[in-house]
Amino acid sequence: MIVPLDHVIIVAGIIFIMGLIGVLVRRNILFILMSVEVMLNAAGIVFVAASSHWGEADGQVMFLFILVMTAAEVAVGLALVLLMFKRYATLDVDRIQEMKG
Amino acid sequence: MSTLFYLSSIVAVFATTMMITRLNPVHALLYLVVSFLSVALMFFTVGAPFIAALEVIVYAGAIIVLFIFVMMLVNLGPESAKQERQWLNGSIWIGPSILSLILLIELIVMINQHQALAPKGEIVPIKEIGIMLFGPYMLGVELAAMLLLAGLVGAYHLGKPEEPNKAGEES
Repeated sequence: MIVPLDHVIIVAGIIFIMGLIGVLVRRNILFILMSVEVMLNAAGIVFVAASSHWGEADGQVMFLFILVMTAAEVAVGLALVLLMFKRYATLDVDRIQEMKG
Repeated sequence: MSTLFYLSSIVAVFATTMMITRLNPVHALLYLVVSFLSVALMFFTVGAPFIAALEVIVYAGAIIVLFIFVMMLVNLGPESAKQERQWLNGSIWIGPSILSLILLIELIVMINQHQALAPKGEIVPIKEIGIMLFGPYMLGVELAAMLLLAGLVGAYHLGKPEEPNKAGEES
């Protein structure tokens, strides 16, 4: 590999922490979902870097499965966002405080 | 060749930072696209061209488009940018940023403590991925297909419009 594995993991860690800060700070549900995507992508970077480091294809297969899981999660999550907007007319997560039985 | 990697990683970190600090969600999505494209370039330089192409097609091409569709359906408008400006004053960033930076420093310290591992191979051939998917990971492929089916059915059921004669009861 052209760069040491440590550097790739550090870059992935920085991107992951950026996504984590985005999840913690933002109040708009769409921004929170986007930051979760960033975190999943950063975890995938580590898998692909490890696969290239050892010269085997397992890490890339794992990233493929992460991609599939992310796509399914985004589809269901965005459908839930649309339902939330239909019911509450806002995307503020602090407004969803009640649970109707 | 390594300068390509470092340059694209700087672009990725910068684009992600811009993404989490934008007020307008469409601007944030565009920065997210830049971040994903630069990560795809990182995958290219590290030696995974198939995964780089998949990242562009699935992440930047399908998931971001889903986000854009939802943003169009939700149709926020300029008052949402004003609201975001109210929510995101300077002091709200301090707490999570300090805690997350402590985590990042811990991660970097832990990584630097290991011996530098000797790098091995260069590009992993794409045929290997195909052989893996049809061989040892075949069960994972089937499970991924079932997961996609579950996501499809779930998204369809959640997005179904309510029946007009069932307005009184919850579905």
